[in-house]
Amino acid sequence: MPLLELSDVTADYGAVRALHGVSLSVDEGTVVSVLGANGAGKTTTLRAISGTVRTSGAITYAGKAVGRSPEQAARTGIAHVPEGRGTFVELTVWENLRLGAYTARRAEFDRVLAYFPWLSERRDQQAGTLSGGEQQMLALARALMARPRLLLLDEPSLGLAPMIVRELFAIVGRLNAEEKLTVLVVEQNANVALDASQHAYVLEAGRVAVEGTSEELRRNESVRRSYLGY
Amino acid sequence: MRAWAARGGMLAAGVVLFFLLPHVVSDFRLFELARVGQYFIAMLGLYVLTTYTGQVSIGHGAFMAIGGYTTGVLVYHRHWEDWRTLPVAALVAGVAGLLFGLPALRLRGLYLALATFAMAVSVPAIIKKWESLTGGSTGLLFATFHTNRWYYDVTWAAAGVLVVLAWIVLASPVGRTWRALRDSEVAAASFGIWVPLYKTLAFGISAAYAGLAGGILVILSLGANPNSFPIQLSIYLLVGVAIGAFASIPGILVGAAFVEYVQVYAPKWVSDSPGIPTFAFGAALVLAAFAATAVSALTIRWQTGLKRGPAKETS
Amino acid sequence: MLAYTFSDYAQQVVSGLSSGGVYALLALAIVIIYRSTGVINFAQGEMATFTTFIAFSLMHHMSYWPAFFLTCAIAFAGAVALERVVIRPIEQAPVLTLVIVTLGLALMFNGASAWIWGGAVHQFDSPFSTRPIHVAGVAFSIQDLGIIAVSLVLVLLLWLLFQFTKLGLALRASALNPEASRFVGIRVGWMLAFGWGLAAAIGAVAGMLTAPLSGLDFNMMLTLLLYAFAAAVLGGLESPLGAVVGGLLFGVVLNLVAMWHVVGSSLKLPVGLAVILLVLLVRPNGLFGRTVVRKV
Repeated sequence: MPLLELSDVTADYGAVRALHGVSLSVDEGTVVSVLGANGAGKTTTLRAISGTVRTSGAITYAGKAVGRSPEQAARTGIAHVPEGRGTFVELTVWENLRLGAYTARRAEFDRVLAYFPWLSERRDQQAGTLSGGEQQMLALARALMARPRLLLLDEPSLGLAPMIVRELFAIVGRLNAEEKLTVLVVEQNANVALDASQHAYVLEAGRVAVEGTSEELRRNESVRRSYLGY
Repeated sequence: MRAWAARGGMLAAGVVLFFLLPHVVSDFRLFELARVGQYFIAMLGLYVLTTYTGQVSIGHGAFMAIGGYTTGVLVYHRHWEDWRTLPVAALVAGVAGLLFGLPALRLRGLYLALATFAMAVSVPAIIKKWESLTGGSTGLLFATFHTNRWYYDVTWAAAGVLVVLAWIVLASPVGRTWRALRDSEVAAASFGIWVPLYKTLAFGISAAYAGLAGGILVILSLGANPNSFPIQLSIYLLVGVAIGAFASIPGILVGAAFVEYVQVYAPKWVSDSPGIPTFAFGAALVLAAFAATAVSALTIRWQTGLKRGPAKETS
Repeated sequence: MLAYTFSDYAQQVVSGLSSGGVYALLALAIVIIYRSTGVINFAQGEMATFTTFIAFSLMHHMSYWPAFFLTCAIAFAGAVALERVVIRPIEQAPVLTLVIVTLGLALMFNGASAWIWGGAVHQFDSPFSTRPIHVAGVAFSIQDLGIIAVSLVLVLLLWLLFQFTKLGLALRASALNPEASRFVGIRVGWMLAFGWGLAAAIGAVAGMLTAPLSGLDFNMMLTLLLYAFAAAVLGGLESPLGAVVGGLLFGVVLNLVAMWHVVGSSLKLPVGLAVILLVLLVRPNGLFGRTVVRKV
């Protein structure tokens, strides 16, 4: 049984329908990417899982219905790194990490800092003074503090230099391999995303246009032309 | 145009009522109605300011005090005839409003409310201090008084004139500019409208209305006294605006009547406690705000500053 | 000014710090609510008066300190309920609605105070004696010193709460970035309600500190609220530190200015007004505030 399953999910922003019956599933221990152009509904899909947008249709996580509120999602082991990272810019690095562990019984800094050793030197630095790439890493670290089962990553590569993006996805890969963390990543950078994931979905205008393993999508003509650039 | 027909109808009804009521209602009621009129005038000015330019003032009681004391000083020290002082009271308060409105332009929303609140709380203290002019805590007592009918006539005649004046202003380029401002200040500015001028003008005009109402208050009270202008007065004016948001001029009338009659009847029906009218007004404000939020989609006037499509005419 | 002795100045400074401590507490309450919910709570003063009256009634049945803490608890619980029931539905409403509702609440509390306990001025007990104490030859009132002490202790406790506890961190986070807070699992709504509860409890303390000096009546807080606003604005509406510094500074400056015959104590109020207006015009962020884009 997949860890996360969306069945025919629609989502609305007021009078505007952003998702027209999206179905996807994520098996435990895998990395799945959701690709698509701007406005295709990628971010909305994550928001539907988190419960920050009004939806209909079934969203099941670990067998239970989810998608009522972000607080509920956080308590059940879903960590969402939103678009724009959602860092607390006025607070310190340490405080951001501490907040990540809000729902956990203990704050396990060491475990997380093992993936981001450079963060320990920056403990008392104000998060807003970190560079874009560093903030993205911090956001990821913060999400990990809660010992999530499912990680939702919204456009992590946005605004970052290619080298940092590679570093970031390398860490995601390690997390998936070492901690069996299930990851659902939404990305505009299809290349990097397909490299990092086993399965992928392509959204167009709020619907699933293509789905399959990452290799299948790489070989797919239209996907190559529209999203991989060759 | 339909709007003017509605206004004409309202005015006609008002005129009829004006002449009819004294024959129907007891003499003392006329005095109470005069008080209602006094609130009405001040609330009308505040309503225009809040609804058309989105500037929230909880300090218009201060402008009433300024106008009121203008009347008081002119009658007491210079022996003017009381009703003749009213235009001067309006003028002085209006100028004060302009002077306040100018720096107030830099303040937004809550900050402006805070500044006006501060002004309203401090004005009585300043009045008490300036004893030579204002008679300090004892105030200025008038020697002459008039019949209740006279008070009623003067107040509501003034109210009628001021309502028509408001309609004219609202229909004029000034009013149209205000409506444009309300819908979007940025857009208005990009059209070449000098926003500061119009916002300050609104402050001045609403202050003038309050000043005139203050003059009437002083005349009705047979004298000027700092205790007539506490901060509560400014808040009571808001009650009129809150209720007026639902039905424009009739709404403001209801608001004014509500403010006056709760003060009159609470001691008789419930108890002597000064707390009851205050409590009732507070509850009215909260309920009105909730009701307005509930019908927010239907009530353009309440939601100043939000985009609502083409601006509608008000009656 | 030259006619006053050092002793006079010292006394005015200490009593200024004492009243300033009360302004600081009220200003802190205002800032806490403003930071978290974006509302300027015009009812803060009247809520404080109302809860002080509750303390007054309780003190007929129990001794001072139990009544004191019970009042704080009642204030806390009441304000939490108030936020959930009255404020929460209108959090996103435009400015006019927010102003009207808090003003309406102010009138309701003010009216209720007068209705339930009457219009007379009541005497309120102080835990501190009114004997003077002599330091370096100058006479100070123990009560003033006691008020300063209580204010400082409360501010210290709050600082500890906000800086060193998980709850405090969550409160700060909810105020700074409610969206991200939700993603982390914080029930932001209850955090905001907690903020209101905290502010009300602080207000209750401020009321109980000031009532012995001024006498307890339903209009007790009107002018105090203005000074608290002045202090909050002076310190920067978003800055708790600013509120405390602003309050203490304001208390001292007001007392010193009042020594000047031209001004006298009857013009303290307009001086408060002048401070508010000047700061808002010249430096709206106050001494410690940051430039934040708010939905003002």
